[in-house]
Amino acid sequence: MLCELSQNICAKCHRTTGNTQFAASRAKTGNCEYGRSGVDLCMKKRWLKWLRLTTLLAGAALLLSACGRADLSALNPQGAVAKEQLDLMKISISIMTLVVVVVFLIAIYVLFRFRRRPGNDGIPVQVEGNHKLEIVWTVIPLILLVILGVPTVQTVFAQAQDHSKDENAVIVKVTAHQYWWEFEYPEEGIVTAQELVVPVDSRIVIEAKTADVLHSFWIPALAGKIDTNPAGNVNRMFFDTPDKTGIFLGKCAELCGPSHALMDFKVKVVDDESYANWLAAMKAPAVLPEDPAIADAFQKKCLSCHAVGELGGPVYPNLTGIGDRETVAGILVNTDNPQYWNEGSVYENIYRWLEDPQKIKPGNAMPKVELTQEELEGISRYLADYKLNYESEELKNNDATSDKEERQ
Amino acid sequence: MSGHSHADGVLPHEPEKATLEGRNKVLGFWLFLGGETVLFGTLFSVFIALRDQVNGGPTANELFSLTIVAIATLILLTSSLTSVFAIQAMHRNEPKAMVGWLLVTVLFGLAFLGLEIYEFVEYAHEGHTFAASAFSTSFYTLVGFHGGHVAFGILWISLLIWQVLRRGLTVVTAPKIYIAGLYWHFIDVVWVFIFTVVYLMGKVG
Amino acid sequence: MAHGSHAVKRYTGIMDWLTTVDHKKIGILYLLAGGFFFLIGGLEAVLIRIQLWKPLNDFVSPDTFNQLITMHGTTMIFLAVMPVIFGLMNCIVPLQIGARDVAFPFLNALGFWTFFFGGVLLNVSWFLGGAPDAGWTSYVPLASTTFSDGPGVDYYVLGLQISGIGTLLGGINFLVTIINMRAPGMSFMRMPMFTWASFVTSMLILLAFPALTVGLVALMFDRIFEGNFFDPSAGGNIMLWEHIFWIFGHPEVYILILPAFGIISEVVTTFSRKRLFGYSSMVFATVLIGFLGFMVWAHHMFTSGLGPVANALFSIATMLIAVPTGIKVFNWLFTLWGGSIKFTAPMLFAIGFIPTFVMGGVTGVMLAAAPADYQYHDSYFVVAHFHYTIVGGLVSGLFAGVHYWWPKIFGRKLNETLGKTTFWFFIIGFHMTFLIQHFLGLLGMPRRIFTYLDGLGFNEMNLISTIGAMLMGIGVICFVINVFVTSAKPKHATNDPWEDGRTLEWAIASPAPEYNFAQLPLIRGYDAYWKEKREGNKEMQPAEPLGPIHMPSPSILPFFMSVGLFISGFGFIFHQYVVAGIGLAITLGCMFLRSVIEDHGYHIEPEEIQAKGV
Repeated sequence: MLCELSQNICAKCHRTTGNTQFAASRAKTGNCEYGRSGVDLCMKKRWLKWLRLTTLLAGAALLLSACGRADLSALNPQGAVAKEQLDLMKISISIMTLVVVVVFLIAIYVLFRFRRRPGNDGIPVQVEGNHKLEIVWTVIPLILLVILGVPTVQTVFAQAQDHSKDENAVIVKVTAHQYWWEFEYPEEGIVTAQELVVPVDSRIVIEAKTADVLHSFWIPALAGKIDTNPAGNVNRMFFDTPDKTGIFLGKCAELCGPSHALMDFKVKVVDDESYANWLAAMKAPAVLPEDPAIADAFQKKCLSCHAVGELGGPVYPNLTGIGDRETVAGILVNTDNPQYWNEGSVYENIYRWLEDPQKIKPGNAMPKVELTQEELEGISRYLADYKLNYESEELKNNDATSDKEERQ
Repeated sequence: MSGHSHADGVLPHEPEKATLEGRNKVLGFWLFLGGETVLFGTLFSVFIALRDQVNGGPTANELFSLTIVAIATLILLTSSLTSVFAIQAMHRNEPKAMVGWLLVTVLFGLAFLGLEIYEFVEYAHEGHTFAASAFSTSFYTLVGFHGGHVAFGILWISLLIWQVLRRGLTVVTAPKIYIAGLYWHFIDVVWVFIFTVVYLMGKVG
Repeated sequence: MAHGSHAVKRYTGIMDWLTTVDHKKIGILYLLAGGFFFLIGGLEAVLIRIQLWKPLNDFVSPDTFNQLITMHGTTMIFLAVMPVIFGLMNCIVPLQIGARDVAFPFLNALGFWTFFFGGVLLNVSWFLGGAPDAGWTSYVPLASTTFSDGPGVDYYVLGLQISGIGTLLGGINFLVTIINMRAPGMSFMRMPMFTWASFVTSMLILLAFPALTVGLVALMFDRIFEGNFFDPSAGGNIMLWEHIFWIFGHPEVYILILPAFGIISEVVTTFSRKRLFGYSSMVFATVLIGFLGFMVWAHHMFTSGLGPVANALFSIATMLIAVPTGIKVFNWLFTLWGGSIKFTAPMLFAIGFIPTFVMGGVTGVMLAAAPADYQYHDSYFVVAHFHYTIVGGLVSGLFAGVHYWWPKIFGRKLNETLGKTTFWFFIIGFHMTFLIQHFLGLLGMPRRIFTYLDGLGFNEMNLISTIGAMLMGIGVICFVINVFVTSAKPKHATNDPWEDGRTLEWAIASPAPEYNFAQLPLIRGYDAYWKEKREGNKEMQPAEPLGPIHMPSPSILPFFMSVGLFISGFGFIFHQYVVAGIGLAITLGCMFLRSVIEDHGYHIEPEEIQAKGV
């Protein structure tokens, strides 16, 4: 995806920062040895240098903003809400870089200019203060804060608007559990888990709550986070999906127990055709395993908690179409080309999970279910093949190319 | 520096402020009451936030009987007055009168505490136990903290009465009596707020 | 009444330390205990960084990791930096205002011992039942018995409650000391900045800690007596905990940083041989920061669903704190301007402090912009921010203070070379550890995660961060070596070992005699001792004739009162209410004894003072 590009920029800006530091260190050791009389002349030269440095540093800070993975980084936003948030960050980073640079330069100047030299044992003039200067460094920060405060307040109110009545908005009720995410589409009457499927170029309204402890719903590349509170205390937020398809990483951002680190989810942005297919497929009746023994084991040992289609219980992650998802349990990434510990084919991942769920996510609610080898393999095979086949041709092509890019 | 140079001589007009130790005690205690104010302020906020969460149990309106609370209020307010008389007696250097008024204060305090315990027992019979609801938990914590302060005050003032009877009124005992009086007024003020916020507003709301 | 007629036992050896009510010895106890807990908290930090040095590491289990982060935060804040602050305040503030003692020597000792036993109780959890694991913020419902049924969080609740008593007592003690016990002529606007900072910090302690007390009581009632404050199923409200915790918690960070501001003001003026630039605006800024500190707690809760009005107001209020902080920074820089700067070890820490703290401060302003905070919140960006203020800021400040006042406290100067080595390891390691964490957060790494998946682009940055933490560790080891090396040397520090001392503490012997000032000094201006030196006087002018000095008697009661609370804490944690009752009875019994036993103290006669040649 964009990763390669952003890494290039990253490398570039690292270089830029490096240069700046070099320049700064030269400025530090700069040859200002005219003594007191030469200070003025020297100062002018310095000021010019500092001005250049300031611009460079601010530029570096802004360049940094293009860093990071496009599916994960808050600095590489892919949706309007995250972009607004990054804009605010850029304003504040620029102002703050200015402040830091001014402080550093004064500090460096003072430390070199006024260090006690051997034999210099005089007592400096004891200055009580300077009202003009003190007013300057009270008023200038106030002005800077107004520059930052106005857009802050505007954005706060803009991002707090209630879009749940918008005609085209997709409403999703998010319920956080230790350590998985439940997504309910109230307008469609469907429930899924771990993978939020949403159409391109639309507004998604999130109504978030928790079933147990506090969690926080965060998709860095699309929007900032919102806490999930218990007991009917529903928090609302919204985000806009990009105008192209893609998969984004979501995370839990509030300490929620041992497996807090592993409470990931995916946001899959699909084209309108695929989205319509997906909705339809989710509503279709469930298909049970063909082998009656496996079907029986699946119904007795899995559907007591989980659901597929209209069958089973609603308390634990809905498994409808699990074979189509990007991940198993939010962290075991399904890929035919595994590189890391948490990657494997969808069959392998389901198998691994069923073998010992506590090994994958310590402390989660699913115990190690007693399954025979045949049942283990049969259920894994069945679930791996439980696909909704909703992706349009276009989406499949996009997926293939982006997957290839990622692997390069 | 010596805190005891007055001990054998005539007691000064305001014996609680005669020594640096005494002045420190009084100032320190005022500051402590500042902290206590934050403590009760937080308890009040918690109670106000949770008072409607009765969890199926009795509401404040159903529960409270104002008569008994009004009597308790009257008793505590009067005890504050008698503690003022005690301090005035101390300033007049009349230890016996002072001890008398302190005793009356303690007795009023005991009466108040007795009424409160009776009230709590009644509530518990009506299903309003500590663990019944968020309302009950915050109620018992707020009112119970106050009750605990009253109980501590009773013990403290009784101890001071004993000390004065043993050693007389000196620049060492006077500041202790004075700050115990401050403490008692503080408890009284907190109760006025409890009476208003918990009971009156509970009846009205 | 004849002076000195009361036979008061003056203890020696270990009993001297257990019974002491001398603020300088209590200060040393605070420094030792705080230093000890600092090493424990630092060890926990190193273990955390080892776990995170590579993706999917299994150095510690997720449970242990959560215990480590909880104990690291709690230990560092409550048991390490606060006691070291109190240690310096105890050792220095009475000397700076020309007092013989603090206002409440007995309470002062009680404050230390309750802190100490509270801290011990908290750390015993590692061996008896497991440490708390719900984070130092201990958010409910995770910290409720439903989701955390071991005794861990009970240790947190009772340990902090007990040590909190000590902090509150300390705060009141310093307020009264500073208000009532200043030497003749020491007006408020002549007080050194460290004393001013201690004063405002004590005020914040007085007004913030009771809120924590209530929060901990509520959590304790929920956990031990089945209360419903935070139980949503019975009508409780989890947001209450967040509000109460942060109404305490935000002033707490200013409680921590203001004394560091004070230390920096002292060190910078001494080693640049210049009067503090803009003293009155510094005082004003300190008070204003303290005031604003109470107005901004909800900026820790921007993502909890407070609504846009609250978020906007708290954003603006938070940004405002930058103004008084900026005033302080520029005043320090212009104190240096035109000065004669000597780079001693304490001065290096102070100079390191200024830009480092500014970096922590500006990220604070960035965090104040609520919509941007939706991204920063609970990510490594926040971890980086508060370590910049608390470690790069506060801990650097404390190192500066400890190196600066070491000769006054112990009579020996710390080794300068080792001090400078400490500084360079510490500051380089610090920036290496935490600068990069800003970026980790922005690139999508949440905080408090025990591991991270491979391939997310976090690997190299975490490795760098871990290496930095090791360098900081080496720095701290250098400091410990320095302490041992120095304590083997003879006590030879002069009254004014840095030669440019400006404030009163440098006018008396190092270490100060138990009565501090044989004669109370007459204060004739700001920077009192400097003023006398500039006018050619070697000593302060006395404000009273030489006479017998009244001293408070030592007492073992504070120790036993705290032991009582410790026992009672155990009783509550393990639901043994008889034990809890016995503990409380010990404490109340000691209070009874304290009230009824007449304590006249004792006197040090002029002959003894003169014999000591002071």
